[in-house]
Amino acid sequence: MTQPEWIAEPQSPPSYLNDGYGWRSWFLTTDHKRIALLYLLSITGFFFLGGFFAMMIRLELLTPQPDLLQSDTYNRFFTMHGVIMVWFFLIPSIPTVLGNFLVPLMVGAKDLAFPRLNLLSWYLFMIGGIVAFSAIVIGGVDTGWTFYTPYSTTYSNSHVLWMALGIFIAGFSSIITGLNFIITIHTMRAPGLTWFRLPLFLWSTYSTSLILVLATPVLAITLVLMGLERAFGIGIFDPALGGDPLLFQHLFWFYSHPAVYIMILPGLGVESELISTFSRRNVFGYRYVAMASVAIAVFSFLVWGHHLFVAGQSVYIALAFSFLSYLIAIPSAIKIFNWMATLYGGSISFETPMLYALFFIGLFTIGGLTGLFLAALGIDVHVTDTYFVVAHFHYIMVGGMVVAYLGGMHFWWPKISGRMYPERFGQVSAFLIFIGFNLTFFPQFILGYLGMPRRYHTYAEGFQTLNVMSTAGASILAVGYVLPLFYLGWSFFRGPLAPANPWGATGLEWKTASPPPTENFEETPVVTEETYRFPVREEMLV
Amino acid sequence: MSSNVYPAAHFRSFDQQHEASELGMWGFLCTEILFFGGVLCGYTMYRLLYPQAWVHGSELNSLWLGAAMTVVLLASSLTMALAVRAAQLGQSKAIVVFLAATIALGVVFLALKGFEYYGHWVHHLVPGFNFSGYQAPDHPQVALFVVFYFFLTLLHAVHMIIGVGVLSVIAILAHRNRFSAIDHGPVEIAGLYWHFVDIVWLFLFPLLYLVGAHQ
Amino acid sequence: MRFYAGIFGALLVLTALTTGVAEIDLGALNSPVAMLIAAAKATLVALFFMHLRWSGYRMRFAAAAGLLWLSLMFAFVLGDMATRNIPAQPAGWNEAAASAARSPLK
Repeated sequence: MTQPEWIAEPQSPPSYLNDGYGWRSWFLTTDHKRIALLYLLSITGFFFLGGFFAMMIRLELLTPQPDLLQSDTYNRFFTMHGVIMVWFFLIPSIPTVLGNFLVPLMVGAKDLAFPRLNLLSWYLFMIGGIVAFSAIVIGGVDTGWTFYTPYSTTYSNSHVLWMALGIFIAGFSSIITGLNFIITIHTMRAPGLTWFRLPLFLWSTYSTSLILVLATPVLAITLVLMGLERAFGIGIFDPALGGDPLLFQHLFWFYSHPAVYIMILPGLGVESELISTFSRRNVFGYRYVAMASVAIAVFSFLVWGHHLFVAGQSVYIALAFSFLSYLIAIPSAIKIFNWMATLYGGSISFETPMLYALFFIGLFTIGGLTGLFLAALGIDVHVTDTYFVVAHFHYIMVGGMVVAYLGGMHFWWPKISGRMYPERFGQVSAFLIFIGFNLTFFPQFILGYLGMPRRYHTYAEGFQTLNVMSTAGASILAVGYVLPLFYLGWSFFRGPLAPANPWGATGLEWKTASPPPTENFEETPVVTEETYRFPVREEMLV
Repeated sequence: MSSNVYPAAHFRSFDQQHEASELGMWGFLCTEILFFGGVLCGYTMYRLLYPQAWVHGSELNSLWLGAAMTVVLLASSLTMALAVRAAQLGQSKAIVVFLAATIALGVVFLALKGFEYYGHWVHHLVPGFNFSGYQAPDHPQVALFVVFYFFLTLLHAVHMIIGVGVLSVIAILAHRNRFSAIDHGPVEIAGLYWHFVDIVWLFLFPLLYLVGAHQ
Repeated sequence: MRFYAGIFGALLVLTALTTGVAEIDLGALNSPVAMLIAAAKATLVALFFMHLRWSGYRMRFAAAAGLLWLSLMFAFVLGDMATRNIPAQPAGWNEAAASAARSPLK
């Protein structure tokens, strides 16, 4: 005999994954955790699309001759690699997936401040993504991801307007997400959760959101101006009609330089969480690390002119930009040194997230230091538009951001899916990515320094050895990226169930079930102490 | 429909909800400042490069029409502020009246704007389509000014149209007694948006109409 | 209500002032005066119609952040434009270098 329904009421509320089935419960959800999963699926798709273009580029560069791609196709492929990876993977990656999932959990709230806007943001992102994707399908764009005028406005025969429209729409998604995070962190913190008790991931997400909110509108308006000039032949950036092409570059980089900090800052936040959890120590100099995030966000707006060193801007302003570009090394270095000091004397264990965290420190340091070369006016003239810049950029973006993203994905995977991933597979793929990444991009530093220009599908015979190494590395990297797709996918449905706090981590997100219920917490948590207070392990006392 | 007794489920109190929505609107206005700011930066740069062309360009606009539009918009800001005040006092009827006045003034502004655009169109003063109406010196640079004129005012007009739409929805909600003295966030934040669009115009007026008025 | 009407009156006076002053040629002061009046009007609207006068520090902070970032953009872009055509070498620099190279001390 079946029990009446009111007796069968469960003890604890269902997890967010089981709270409703069917497409409506996903596509019309306002639950930040479900939206995070929607984002996860979409940006994973874009990541492999962008990766496909990267792989084609590397295959073409296996030989000095043009065999696989002709010049026009090659131009389109590197442009689409850049556009997809920058706007549809790197910028949304950590903020929209981990940020969406974790910000309300970490502040002890039931949801973000504006749940419906959050869903709108995903729809805008997808509309922008589909418009951009259709631009690729109908023939693509060949201007480079920077859309420099006058090529983009006057000479290019590709689908510039359509692609710019996609980015414009996706930009509003960024703005909404950024606003949502800022307001949530300001107004929805749990009782007792003061600013200096916030996890460092929130500090970096907050700083990232500041950039999203302050910089993205400038990109939007710049793309509109560029589009109008292309469509109507008016001369805002056209010297023949009294315009100034450098104005485009100024406005574009006013957004796009801060944008590279949008891409890396969340990674720095993830890094602080991983390092402290897996060395079981409070982050050394917590306040300095927190403030360094804000400082990076502010400084990021003062350095954009280092992209214009050889473009004809005033040498005096270039001097100022060069100096300010050096300054940004200070907060970055504070973070690196503080992580090292956190590790020192810690009780370190080497689970997959920690492997990623340690790789991150090395790769980000190389990327950051080569950034200083590029901030130096004289050296920059030598290496501008060479593979040196490509290598530097990828050390920060792939070696830094993607590694941090994967580290964070593995770290919070038990919380997101409620299941553990296979540890051995995780470690293998982390090592594959580390080896493959260095093999791909370290040779490019040398190539660039020797003078191989970027954005050409052919090169001098003498560069072939290093290019072959690079392409070989890219193949290893590809395997390293595909592996997590499979074992995380398997784990989502079949992995062993995860406890609420598998890593013994601090932070409010670990104080609720894995996966969390829709309301996140059964009752509003009250915070009474600083974060990263790890209990002393019994075995350490023996 | 009647006003809510409880705040939205994920907020602890009306105070929290209200603070979040107000701060959210201010944050959005902050992005709007930079949205318009990018164009204004280009405007300023070219104005410093081509001061004479800017004088010629702004003479193509009617000073008095611009001043009239300013007054209409300021009046709409006054009625908007009064609508917010009515909302704070919980007077639903007064909200509807003042919002209707605001919408009407907004529409008058847009009509004047359309009249002005029509004048530019018939005099062939639209760069990108037909700019043969202007034949005097600095032709391309004056065209650049007119491009900025059209772009800035169109951007502003689009914001006005969105504002009129938002206020209409809110007026309907107020008519259905959706708002109360403790729960009237939407009226306030729509007001913030409307006032901001007004402020943008307060700067566009001297930038686009007054540059060459003394000559 | 009377208070808001007073603000509105002040805004109308400022509008009349800026329109009237624009008819007079103030030379280099034309545009600063116009912008100053516009800023004064904007301040009135922000402080009283938008209630910034009575708002918490966060709202003021948000408004100030937008203006601060805008001024950064203006400062660098206009700084570039203003100094772009000043030659980096003083006049006669090459001659000086050449004569230094010829100097007996070398």
